[in-house]
Amino acid sequence: MTNQWRRATAVVAAATMTLAACGQTTTPPAASGTVAPSASVAAAKRGAGDDLKILYWQAPTILNAHLATGTKDSDAARLVTEPLASYGPDAKPLANALAAEIPTVANGGVSADLTTVTWKLKQGVKWSDGSAFTADDVAFTFSLMADPKTAVSTSDAAEGVKSVVAKDANTVVVTYNAPTPNFYQWGVGTCCYILQKKQFEAFQGEKLKDAPGNLKPIGTGPYVVDTFKSGDVVTYKMNDQFRDANKPYFKTVTFKGGGDAPSAARAVFQTGDVDYAWNLQVEAGILKPMADTSTKGKLLTVYGSSVERILLNFADPSPSLGAKRGEPDTKHPFFNGPDGKTVRTALAMATDRKTVAQQIYGDGLAGKAGCNIVTGVPDYESTATADFCSKFDTAAAGKLLDDAGWKLGTDGVRAKGGIKLNIVYQTTVNAVRQKTQDIMKQNWEKAGFKVELKSVPADVFFTNTSPDGANHFWSDVEMFTNNSDPDFTNYLNGWTSKQATGSANNWNSANYNRYQNPAFDTIIDSLRTEKDPAKRASLFKQANDILILDVVIIPVVTRTQVTSGISNTLKNVVPTGWDSEMYAVQDFGK
Amino acid sequence: MGRYVARRLLIAIPTLIVISFVVYAILALAPTDPLASFGADPRVPPEVRERIRESLGLNQPWHVRYVKWLIAIAHLDFGYSFMSRSPVIDLIWQRLPNTLAVVGVAYIIGVLLAVPIGMISAVKRYSVFDHLSTTFAFIGFSVPTFFTGLLLIIIFSVKLHWLPFIYDSTLKVTSLSTLGDQIRQSIMPITVLALFDTATIARYTRAEMLEHLPLDYVRTARAKGLKERLVVLRHVLRNSLIPVVTLVALGIPAVFGGAIVTEQIFRVPGIGELLVRSIGQGDTPVVAAILLIFATLVVLFNLLADVLYGVLDPRIRYS
Repeated sequence: MTNQWRRATAVVAAATMTLAACGQTTTPPAASGTVAPSASVAAAKRGAGDDLKILYWQAPTILNAHLATGTKDSDAARLVTEPLASYGPDAKPLANALAAEIPTVANGGVSADLTTVTWKLKQGVKWSDGSAFTADDVAFTFSLMADPKTAVSTSDAAEGVKSVVAKDANTVVVTYNAPTPNFYQWGVGTCCYILQKKQFEAFQGEKLKDAPGNLKPIGTGPYVVDTFKSGDVVTYKMNDQFRDANKPYFKTVTFKGGGDAPSAARAVFQTGDVDYAWNLQVEAGILKPMADTSTKGKLLTVYGSSVERILLNFADPSPSLGAKRGEPDTKHPFFNGPDGKTVRTALAMATDRKTVAQQIYGDGLAGKAGCNIVTGVPDYESTATADFCSKFDTAAAGKLLDDAGWKLGTDGVRAKGGIKLNIVYQTTVNAVRQKTQDIMKQNWEKAGFKVELKSVPADVFFTNTSPDGANHFWSDVEMFTNNSDPDFTNYLNGWTSKQATGSANNWNSANYNRYQNPAFDTIIDSLRTEKDPAKRASLFKQANDILILDVVIIPVVTRTQVTSGISNTLKNVVPTGWDSEMYAVQDFGK
Repeated sequence: MGRYVARRLLIAIPTLIVISFVVYAILALAPTDPLASFGADPRVPPEVRERIRESLGLNQPWHVRYVKWLIAIAHLDFGYSFMSRSPVIDLIWQRLPNTLAVVGVAYIIGVLLAVPIGMISAVKRYSVFDHLSTTFAFIGFSVPTFFTGLLLIIIFSVKLHWLPFIYDSTLKVTSLSTLGDQIRQSIMPITVLALFDTATIARYTRAEMLEHLPLDYVRTARAKGLKERLVVLRHVLRNSLIPVVTLVALGIPAVFGGAIVTEQIFRVPGIGELLVRSIGQGDTPVVAAILLIFATLVVLFNLLADVLYGVLDPRIRYS
């Protein structure tokens, strides 16, 4: 008993310390002597609270995160199943899950050539059914992810991983095919929730989709699924086997799904019906007064890498091209030619991101004016672009075009050699985006562009099959939000020439812009091998600067990654922009 | 009569097949995609998407999928949902009780209120009651449910804090207090829906009553010296209700279809909510199953309405 108590206290201390220190991962887990704000609750007894009410306006439909079709599934699964480690608020791994410590080159956990990573697991962890959690379960989870037949949506994390082997019951060795600078690729964050071998062993390959465990997984996390009504609600009980004897605080959790974001905001700010309301994507003009005047709840936000960006098309989207429409080997009539950079720069100069950030995103409430695509990790944040982005001047943009020979016609649209600066600007159907479009249109037209606005329902926009989709990009500019892992290599890979989307890859590749620049490709190639963190940071900045200064994309606002509402009584909620919002749900208390 | 019913049932089969084909074709041609929820997520690259698509069977041409689906349906196998990977029929069974508890109860209340209201306003035409009920009926079917729903939420949940607006489908009625909770959580959606149903049926009843009141047989009944009460209840109402019964019967399939808007507003996990979400997510097996069940119910209740017509009105005979 005393032993168990001491261990639990050590884990609590380690967890609170790492939280407080924002993931100084070299701290030995047994370090003591911390007085963290959460100490009072951490000392509280397991199950001292009643029911934690979480509301997601998208309902979870499956609880196996590897078969998830969205954040809602993955988040609902996180209460039950856990990865080896989480990504903390500082984008660095945090040992609040199954790993006892974070392996680094310094502590010998990562080999000098960056090909093998040795994970030490916490001792004495049990599955909620009482059986022992071992390294075998970890290796088994990898085998599910690496098997193409399972068709899991998390398989990309297993790409380039040679093997995950259980060295002994508490040690896992991850070996990559080649030196991998992003050596936390497999094991950390939403990619890699560990499943119980016993529960899923009979459901490998194609059979995975039929596993009953998909709806009721056994886990090591703080809660156990009690009932699950797919597309409606999950109720959880606390996991009596949870490794931390004092956690979780709540006896039960109700994870309700459905409805819409504005009424979810109402439920947390005005009626107090819920403790946690996820992703309140509501226009700032409505959200701000609701949160400000609320006596029941407050807004919980944190920045990650989410950027609302405008993409410029380098291929020619003219319907007259027929089968060649939008193919990577076509050239956009004015964005991609001798005057291409001038026209693109003029468009960027006529972009008023400040007004958008202030009026639509509440000036820091849900987003701030941003100028980088690589953002959220201070070391990677470029400063070279600030000057370029600070120049919002429609007159100067007009003059730039004038000087290049793009003369204003009687219809107010600039033209040169019979080519008019007519722009079709597409995005998803969303009140916030339509307002942004209006502001852009107004300013761009002042500079001499003619802008036609188009909006497409999100579920049609994000498909490779739809001609109105982001992938086909059969318009001149388009706008949406995307985000990255803490390592930006794969994300930036989406602008390399090889990734140019077209009919050859079934409109499936990530380079929707069809931007092709060998200098940029070289940087991404170097990122795949460069081991020195300082040099990597410099490469990330270089890649970022090319995309911004060559005006491939126009970042509009850096958006908060988490925009949730929590009740005033809910404590110890420290959001991260790099992992599931539920990454530390065991710490939540009242 | 028996032959008539049998013939109608036989005709129903090709009808349903045609309906299922149209439904499936529309779904196949719609641009929605079950993989759209991944957005442009760089963590789910093209190869992975293709693999998922293949595991869902979406790499086959849609007519092949349709034939396979039709064969499965013939064996009463509705397939698996793309989103939850669980049997579609389970999802429907899970949601049916909620839909019946809200939409069904609202419909019953609507009918129970509408018939007396319609009757009284016809008999006391142009009275204060008639004017009030007419106004109420027009409000009922001209104000959309999303508006009345939000209005009720703002008054009773946000301002007064009397009622919850998040429907809890895990609530089990085991005692008086849980029954109270169940009533509290369903009273707003039921009111919204019942308002609409009452309005429609009351107007219909009133119109039918007004049509029958001046007829000869009513005058005869009065001439026989029957009390006005008996004239209205036994003679006029009975005859006027024949088309109303048909209307009510035809409305029953809609109950099983759920109330898309109201269920969404109050987060009632019913069939309507499942349907609209599945359409958005391109979850073809769920959409196809719900629409097919719905179509079957419409066909069956149409038949039932016709049969009832014959039973209630001896002048109508089927051969």
